[in-house]
Amino acid sequence: MEIVQVDKISKHFQLKRSFLSLGRSPVVKAVDDISFSIEKGETLGLVGESGCGKSTLGRTILRLYEPTGGTIRFEDTNVSELGKEDLRKFRTKMQIVFQDSYSSLNPRHRVGDIIAEPMMIHTEMEPKEIQDRIFELLKLVGLKPMHAQRFPHEFSGGQRQRINIARALALYPRFVVCDEPISALDVSIQAQVVNLLQDLQKKLGITYLFIAHDLSMVQHISDRIAVMYLGRMMELTTSRQLFDDPLHPYTQSLISAIPIPNPKRERERGHIVLEGEVPSPVNPPSGCVFHTRCPVAEERCSREVPEYREVKPGHWAACHFALDDNKVKIL
Amino acid sequence: MSSILSVKNLTTRFNTFDGTVYAVNGVDFELQPGETLAVVGESGSGKSVSVLSLLGLLPAESAEVKGTAHFQTKDTQTDLLAISKEKLNKIRGKHISIVFQDALRSLNPVLTVGEQISESLMTHMGYNKRQAYTRAVELLENVGISYPEKRFYSYPHQFSGGMRQRAMIAIAIACEPEILVADEPTTALDVTIQTQIVELTRRLQREMGMTVIWITHDLGVVAGIADRVIVMYAGMPIELAKVDDLYENAQHPYTEGLLGAIPELGETGQNRLISIGGAPPDLFEAPKHCQFAWRCPYVFERCWKEIPPNYQVEEGHYTKCFYDMSAQQARDEE
Repeated sequence: MEIVQVDKISKHFQLKRSFLSLGRSPVVKAVDDISFSIEKGETLGLVGESGCGKSTLGRTILRLYEPTGGTIRFEDTNVSELGKEDLRKFRTKMQIVFQDSYSSLNPRHRVGDIIAEPMMIHTEMEPKEIQDRIFELLKLVGLKPMHAQRFPHEFSGGQRQRINIARALALYPRFVVCDEPISALDVSIQAQVVNLLQDLQKKLGITYLFIAHDLSMVQHISDRIAVMYLGRMMELTTSRQLFDDPLHPYTQSLISAIPIPNPKRERERGHIVLEGEVPSPVNPPSGCVFHTRCPVAEERCSREVPEYREVKPGHWAACHFALDDNKVKIL
Repeated sequence: MSSILSVKNLTTRFNTFDGTVYAVNGVDFELQPGETLAVVGESGSGKSVSVLSLLGLLPAESAEVKGTAHFQTKDTQTDLLAISKEKLNKIRGKHISIVFQDALRSLNPVLTVGEQISESLMTHMGYNKRQAYTRAVELLENVGISYPEKRFYSYPHQFSGGMRQRAMIAIAIACEPEILVADEPTTALDVTIQTQIVELTRRLQREMGMTVIWITHDLGVVAGIADRVIVMYAGMPIELAKVDDLYENAQHPYTEGLLGAIPELGETGQNRLISIGGAPPDLFEAPKHCQFAWRCPYVFERCWKEIPPNYQVEEGHYTKCFYDMSAQQARDEE
């Protein structure tokens, strides 16, 4: 069963018009016409390079950004139509964990107060109940009750991320957006946080949207993976399928670019080295946004936007040649 | 073949308001000409600081560097840590140069990229302006920057992240150095750009016969580029091995943990990652015992008493650990 359904969602940011840009002000299409759904209890990974719009998409789903177009459904509720007050109440069901665990915790509040805040705002709980819940949450994320008295700066990055997770879980959310929660952490600490997130999912049945740029960690934690490029969805399928049979040239290049921590295999395999860099989202390429860097692009790709379609059962891709084996299998 | 750089017992301490930070505690290594030596470790492990110490790039008023570092050129041998600043200036940028992680902050924002490449050519090679221009354009082209004649006059902010890193590399290789130090040059970049920079460095190394010290925290990158690897923890090199030996036969519990913490590409995802509990120690105390003891799954009494010496496990493979991984038991006391 789907818990989140996103239909043709877009988020465009209007840039300030400069003195020189006559006429219309430039628009960044950070998220452009994206549709997908998230199954209850699953982890959907969302990957892409910096600036591809993956964080914007995550925040738009929670309506931390107002979508420019499209609809978001959460179970039976149309989130995109909720009024201010209804939305505020609704927020208890969906939470977010940010990348920067330092700036997302108020440095002048004690950890206990930070975790208590959502409960004070959204519930009628008695102080004693809140206190108990704080201790319970701290234990749940692997911290100790005495940590409630401390300030965020007294913790390491990994511990601060645990506090963030505790706060996100305070109101028993059903759905949590993890916006690059491990990118700023060291490898050994990343594994701790990923294991914690997986344990919590098993225990509490939470659904995750796990945003990251590190594809190897994403495939480890995710049931399905969505790949974005320049504001558009390129491919979406199960993690297994994505690695065994990637249908989009961009996904293939992305996988090929990940260095494997195994010297022998690393020497043997080839790398697709993509030319150039991600174009500016203010002025994205015509047709398929990836055609300027695509190793198999044809003339058609610069004219026609490829349709994002279900190419095989449960496997969506936006490439004209997704099913043309001779063409797309570039590795 | 004799080594090009021989570092012995390097220690670096910082005197701060809060006390002394023991950042590097006894680093030894021999750098063989033409090889790529990777230095891996997490933040604060001292991987960057040890190399910056060698090049005299730390603030003299707070950093206290000890040890020896013999740098061998064709006919002379110099101890980088004993010579004067003037002499070191003649070596840095000419014989040994460095590429930093943060290209935007390492480049001068008010000089054009071309001027910055020319600078080292004019200082070290005695080029005049016109010669420097010609060579700089060549270099920009060689590192894969299109329209080099035009880009010569661009400022760093007009470049993208990947291009800035290419420009940094152009500056670093301008005088055809014997040793290139790459201090996390790809950490801030996206994977597809990372591949470009790694490939570029490898090509240049092949063409110019440089020796490369590659500092990184990414064991994936190391697997692809390194000949030998030093693993650092809390300011100490805890394992040194040829790259294949390290990945197949890790001998230090920390290395084992690091390798276990990275998910295998293409696995089903249900295996749990091996995580190393706890966090690295703070470095305000001089090490008295194994610095990994707090987090080590194999820890026993002796680990709390002394700092483990270097044990040789196989040829060219050393580890600082009292626990013998292969035999799965503590080593004999000598």
